Amino acid sequence: MSDGEVLDAVWLTLKLATVSTLILLLVATPIAWWLARTRSRLRASVAALVTLPLVLPPTVLGFYLLVALGPEGPLGRLTQALGLGVLSFTFAGLVLGSVIFSLPFAVQPIQRAFESMGARPMEVAATLGARPLDAFFSVALPYARPGLMTAGVLGFSHTVGEFGVVLMIGGNIPGETRVISTQIYGYVEAMQYNEAHWLAALMVVFSFAVLFLVSSIRSRAGRLL
Amino acid sequence: MRRRLQHVLICGLWLAMLAVMAPAMPAAEARIAVAANFAGPMQRLVPLFESATGHRLIVAVGSTGALHAQIRHGAPFDVFLAGDTTTPAMLRAAGVGVEGYVFTYATGRLVLWSRDPTLVDGEGAVLRSREWRRLAIANPALAPYGKAAIETLGRLGLIEQVRPRLVQGENIAQTLQFVASGNAQLGFVALSQVMQDGRMTAGSMWRVPREWHAAIAQDALLLQRGRDNPAAVAFLEFLRSARAREVMQRFGYEFPAEGS
Repeated sequence: MSDGEVLDAVWLTLKLATVSTLILLLVATPIAWWLARTRSRLRASVAALVTLPLVLPPTVLGFYLLVALGPEGPLGRLTQALGLGVLSFTFAGLVLGSVIFSLPFAVQPIQRAFESMGARPMEVAATLGARPLDAFFSVALPYARPGLMTAGVLGFSHTVGEFGVVLMIGGNIPGETRVISTQIYGYVEAMQYNEAHWLAALMVVFSFAVLFLVSSIRSRAGRLL
Repeated sequence: MRRRLQHVLICGLWLAMLAVMAPAMPAAEARIAVAANFAGPMQRLVPLFESATGHRLIVAVGSTGALHAQIRHGAPFDVFLAGDTTTPAMLRAAGVGVEGYVFTYATGRLVLWSRDPTLVDGEGAVLRSREWRRLAIANPALAPYGKAAIETLGRLGLIEQVRPRLVQGENIAQTLQFVASGNAQLGFVALSQVMQDGRMTAGSMWRVPREWHAAIAQDALLLQRGRDNPAAVAFLEFLRSARAREVMQRFGYEFPAEGS
């Protein structure tokens, strides 16, 4: 247990959160758009499905991921067929878990931003001759920027704070799946309280900074609207 | 009308309290912290003990290290069945255990196990092969079986070679789960986890020779909280009985008295 170990965990956590957040924004934006605009009968089911990770204990997600990612699970078969191998105990597996786990935190702020815009700006853009995709990029996305930023910050920090899923599918490999939260857990269990304090304090400061950032984004957006 | 409702409510509450307290009244109740490797036999021992004595046991399972940390910080347990001897010794030194109430209740065996019935050979030579991707062990900082696994790999001179393929479970139960779900092809687990009624339940295994790692002698300890708890003291006595030992033996545990 050394400084190198702590730095490894910090670096890995930041890498995991960054990669997961980028993927989250790419996945969440179209889902949020669809949820904000559709009148489909499927809307309620999709909305419930997307929100599910918010309610489920991480151990449930972790357990299902462990089974699904395994060599005989549906996802494991798929990844093996694609030549990616089995994703449990890998960084890619953690990214997948984090994206699923944080999806509601990214979808909801973006969806709310799109909803508050209403149908009018898109209609105006259409009458001015903009194609739907064009209007989406030049009207809707800029409008939803505060929502996107909130989604990014929340997705990032939620991934940093993730614990249960990582514990279930990570396997505690240094530099690959041992993140700050599982490292703190290991220190506490082994009664290495100095190291635990160090990392835990870092997490508290970080979380405060994130929440501060989110609330200032919100109040600035509120002034604009 | 309101008064009547009040009466009904009070009666209901009283009945509910009675129902909650009733089972505890005739006999005592003890909380037992159990090292993960011993979860299987514990499941068999609890009903035997309860029906023989009328006492009730509440069992909490975890890694020896995790339970140690919890007990040191006031976790409400009466008895600790550890996976090693050093942890109970530390607790005694810290004054959390009761003097004179510590003994080795069983000695565990480490096995290399796979759920594939043909993968593991009788000498563990599979460890040197490329036929597997992941080897699961318990966290050596927390779990005695994890420590024994590292000692075994050290004796084989394989630590550096297998390190990139090692994954760690937080305790030996999670380690087994990694192997049983097929996410790891191989794992060092406790014999008690893959053995029932004297037979291996599934897969293939290699029994690591006893002398390849420090003996996994497992100590039981009466904690200060259980000092005057008849259920706790009775359970410790029960653990030494022939009846309890027969159950443990069927899970592959050995006893110091039998020698090697």
